[in-house]
Amino acid sequence: MSEHGTESAGEGVSQPGTTARLDQGDIEGSGGILERFTNPGLPPHVPRSADLDEKAAHRAERQVAALFGISMVATVIFLVAYFAIDQKTYESIPGIGQASLSNVVLGVSLGVSLLCIGLGAVHWARTLMPDTEVAEDRHPQRSSDQARRDAVETATSGRAASQIGRRPMIKFTLGGALGLFALPLVLQLAGSLGPLPEAGLSTTFWRKGMRLVRDPEMTPIKASDVTLGSVFHVIPEGIDTSAHVLEEKAKAAVILIGIDAALIQVPKERAWGYGSMVAYSKICTHVGCPVGLYEHRTHHLLCPCHQSTFDVTQNCAVIFGPAHRPLPQLPITVDAQGYLVAESGFHEPVGPSFWERG
Amino acid sequence: MKALGSHRRHPAAIVVLLLLGLVATGGLYSLLAPRPAQAAVATADDVTSGRTLFLANCATCHGVNGLGGKIGPSLAGVGAAAVDFQVGTGRMPLAQPGVQASSNQVMFTDQEIASLAAYVATLGPGPAIPDSQDTAGNGDVAKGNELFKENCAMCHNFAGSGGALTQGKYAPSLGNVSGQYIYEAMATGPESMPVFNGQSLSPADKNDIISYLHYLDKNQNPGGLNLGNLGPVSEGMFVWVVGLGLMIGAAVWLGSKAA
Amino acid sequence: MNPKAVPKGVAALRAREDPGPQAPEEAPLSKVGALASWVDERAGAAKPMSYLLKKVFPDHWSFMLGEIAMFSLVILLITGTFLTFWFVPSAGQVIYNGSYVPLKGISMSEAFKSTLDISFDVRGGLILRQIHHWAALLFTVSITVHMFRVFFTGAFRKPREINWVIGTVLSLLAINEGFTGYSLPDDLLSGTGLRAAEGFIQSVPVIGSYLAYFVFDGPFPGEAIIPRLFTVHVLLLPALIIGLFTAHIVLVAVHKHTQYPGPGKTNDNVVGYPFMPVYLAKSGGFFFIVFGITTLMAALVAINPIWLYGPYGPTMGTAGSQPDWYMGFADGALRLFPGFFEFNIFGYTLSLNVFIPSLIVMPLLYSIAGAYPFIESWVTGDKREHHLLDRPRNAPTRTGLGAMAISFYLILFIAAGDDLIAIKLGLSINQIVRTLQVMLIVVPPLAYWVTKRICLSLQRRDHDLVLHGHESGRIVRTAEGSFFEVHEPLPEYDRWTLVQHETLTPLQLTATVDTHGKRRTGSRGQRLRAKVSSFYFADGVPAVTPAELVAAHHDGSAGEAIETGQGGEGQGSGAPEWVGQLHGGADERPDTDAYAGHEGGVDPAPTPEN
Repeated sequence: MSEHGTESAGEGVSQPGTTARLDQGDIEGSGGILERFTNPGLPPHVPRSADLDEKAAHRAERQVAALFGISMVATVIFLVAYFAIDQKTYESIPGIGQASLSNVVLGVSLGVSLLCIGLGAVHWARTLMPDTEVAEDRHPQRSSDQARRDAVETATSGRAASQIGRRPMIKFTLGGALGLFALPLVLQLAGSLGPLPEAGLSTTFWRKGMRLVRDPEMTPIKASDVTLGSVFHVIPEGIDTSAHVLEEKAKAAVILIGIDAALIQVPKERAWGYGSMVAYSKICTHVGCPVGLYEHRTHHLLCPCHQSTFDVTQNCAVIFGPAHRPLPQLPITVDAQGYLVAESGFHEPVGPSFWERG
Repeated sequence: MKALGSHRRHPAAIVVLLLLGLVATGGLYSLLAPRPAQAAVATADDVTSGRTLFLANCATCHGVNGLGGKIGPSLAGVGAAAVDFQVGTGRMPLAQPGVQASSNQVMFTDQEIASLAAYVATLGPGPAIPDSQDTAGNGDVAKGNELFKENCAMCHNFAGSGGALTQGKYAPSLGNVSGQYIYEAMATGPESMPVFNGQSLSPADKNDIISYLHYLDKNQNPGGLNLGNLGPVSEGMFVWVVGLGLMIGAAVWLGSKAA
Repeated sequence: MNPKAVPKGVAALRAREDPGPQAPEEAPLSKVGALASWVDERAGAAKPMSYLLKKVFPDHWSFMLGEIAMFSLVILLITGTFLTFWFVPSAGQVIYNGSYVPLKGISMSEAFKSTLDISFDVRGGLILRQIHHWAALLFTVSITVHMFRVFFTGAFRKPREINWVIGTVLSLLAINEGFTGYSLPDDLLSGTGLRAAEGFIQSVPVIGSYLAYFVFDGPFPGEAIIPRLFTVHVLLLPALIIGLFTAHIVLVAVHKHTQYPGPGKTNDNVVGYPFMPVYLAKSGGFFFIVFGITTLMAALVAINPIWLYGPYGPTMGTAGSQPDWYMGFADGALRLFPGFFEFNIFGYTLSLNVFIPSLIVMPLLYSIAGAYPFIESWVTGDKREHHLLDRPRNAPTRTGLGAMAISFYLILFIAAGDDLIAIKLGLSINQIVRTLQVMLIVVPPLAYWVTKRICLSLQRRDHDLVLHGHESGRIVRTAEGSFFEVHEPLPEYDRWTLVQHETLTPLQLTATVDTHGKRRTGSRGQRLRAKVSSFYFADGVPAVTPAELVAAHHDGSAGEAIETGQGGEGQGSGAPEWVGQLHGGADERPDTDAYAGHEGGVDPAPTPEN
């Protein structure tokens, strides 16, 4: 039996004893009252109507059969609808709106066909299959002492037979070989999974003189196009012909903001801007989502992912949220034709922080 | 069921009575409340009648000359488009002070709005009410989609269902908004919205965006109920409440004793 | 072999060889029997099959939660396999020219395009995709509620600690499987999630930038991440999940299922219904019910409408960027963790504001969860096998700790939806974030305390219920003019469930005296153990004993007698049925009372059983 002690309530044998009066004070009892309640055993079985009444059983049978029958009908509906309903048909379904009729009909018919099998099977079990509870005995998980001894005996005698205990050279070199053999596999994977970052995270596509162009139209922007309160989503000209367009875009995305220079409180920001416009990296310094929400009345840039907020009048310093560093600024000026160009690349790495960032 | 009267001393009775009273009062008010006063019929001179309307309805906040008052900003340079948008969507006159003006019941007739717009346009050059051909929504839906995702989705959500800004401000839902108002909002940059002038988004671009939004208004939900197009949050709520609820319901039924 | 047949030819040669072990001649079998016999002769399957078919499973709806997870897994494997026939795991750029108008002519990855094709141009593709994703959500939901059920009922105690650890690992694998799965279509929302993931990896101290370049094969986004996620999602994680899950249910079969305490149920038996035919029908049926409900949801409610999100581009984003629900707690942690914790040390940047919430919180929470059975067994010192479940109220500290953990998790989870809460309820995201940051510290201990007090109150309620029974609403007026309400004692079967629990007491340090007579108070570890044990078990409401029950029916001051059990029969004919059930000392009536007429002992005392 199991090792526990008092899990089931008291095991004392009790005999009808003599009565004691409470006003007699402390009396040593004869063990008449049990220490704990005992398990009364399974409650008496209550039969179901289908157990007693053949008509009820028949009714249950018909219900189960009806459910299975509905399932079969639904399957047929699916098979027909698969061919009959065109993919592009949209119908107005009450409560949903314009839905793809094919999806709705195929889905509902399949769903009903599956569901009714389940409902039928469960209903059958509940009403017709026996519901008298049965008890199965448990046995302790622990193996018998003999089995344990046998196992230990087999293992130790095998070890002795292998002579590994007497052969230290084998033992140590085996350990060495087994310990090392997986290294080539690990090395191949780790070494070839990807290139070394080198300067990858610290440099972007921006160079001196590159025009700022609209994303995705790729058209350059004249300084006069930028009015107060306007926003342009910008990438460097020529980026669409680079070898890795998306990867370069992921670092070079910039947001160009038209803001009254008088509101800017950091001299460096004004110096790197041009007139009433400034350009900042659009890649959030938290984990890299594009910071595109510009609130032009409060001059705040909000990142939609984790709500980091940057103040454009304060050189995009973080004023709320989990980011730490301000957005890097791109120095801009105009070229001879009046189009906005970068004065240089970024002066610091853009995007999320990394160990070597400095 | 016992007679209703026998429940009159039930502790909840007073609450029910209060609720009934409130509902009755509110309902009667909304039925019988006076309609907002209609200003005088517009005269042939829109600017003059616009000025009259302005003085009566807007000058308290925006100043007698429309150049700003204690509460309202200067309207010089906002253009007719701004007036048409703000007043046409009921944002103005501002119903109550708050973080931002929300779309509301429209208080003026189309003619009155046109007059107001004409007057404010004289205060300074600004965006004009757009041509109907630019707001028809007959442009390139795919191009509009691309532009929308680049310029608009980060505030208004991928399907225009709206999004949160800082300090309680929000970018409203764009469902079932007329092309004219969409255009004007882009051109004038109301509240926190940036200004998308003609060089940022050309009239054709704006028309494309309108086309995309009107496509969404057709409410084609290939997959079924769209749960507000708010993304995985509403899907998660649905699966926890409805999905798990149904499963547990089935499990409870499965484990229960039959009659 | 028919002894009368005369073997010819090759058969004649064979007949001379030893024909090998022969089964005894049997009566001709039915077709099924013949097949079973064929298999049995080759695999000896009769005994294990009989063992399995006779297995008894207890019947309670909360035991079905793990089954929902199991069936969802099967649905995921089936629908997932179908999807791989059409999905193209490639990041190569193509121009779309399918049926969805708003994306015609737009450049996108092959992965996204193939997902659009599945949704619009493959017959039945959309329903398959939606079933797959809804099943994934249900999988993670049911794993979570199953884990909660196992925790709160103490089903992780010996011998099931291994299974609990396996389950914790399965849960972690499941949510990562989900993450890799919904990132495959390379849409705007999941692509934003991948971008954030790259940011997390970058934040790892020292090796972050190398790790990021290894995982993405270069700078983000790269062309490798989609095919690599595909391998992880379709090959690696499912293999691990299936392997661990098989071990999980084999252990359930070996340990046999736990059961709730009740009349007839002991720690040494399993009471329920046999697999054949009852549970075969119920479980099999439940599989179809789960599949059916999932399919109906997929038919009527859209999920992951990637056509609306559009293809991913690193310069685009959407308001309301959240991961699927099961990653919500990690996203919320990122939103709540203050940005202050990024440091510059000797020219190196340590970004704890990203590293901790993204890469530490999840493994930490799961490790604590996985270690809990061992913590609790260290605290209780209990080495017995437990097959009877605890009612949560009977383990108040454990239940309180669970509530504390869930409240912590829930606050993180709610934080992930802060911008949607802001627009739906008209609140400010800034205020929501600040409030949740405070709540994260304040609410869990509060939840612990409130839950524990509720458990103790429920235990006292049970205690009172056993002692005094249910009020029956019948008032009896005695001759002296006092009124008493008759209480119905609890029937024996109902009472058992309320009194069967064992109340553990705190471990005591045994102070020993060493050779010089100095008291040794035990090592630091032992002292800690006693302290924690006391924290766990100091409060407790022990179960009602028979002596207490009898005492409750005799206030004792009038010197009534306590009798030992005489059997459950009535106390003699003609005794009124409310005798012994009167409340508030009504039993102190003198024997001359009009209502007297019983023989001292009033309540049927517990019947002695061996």
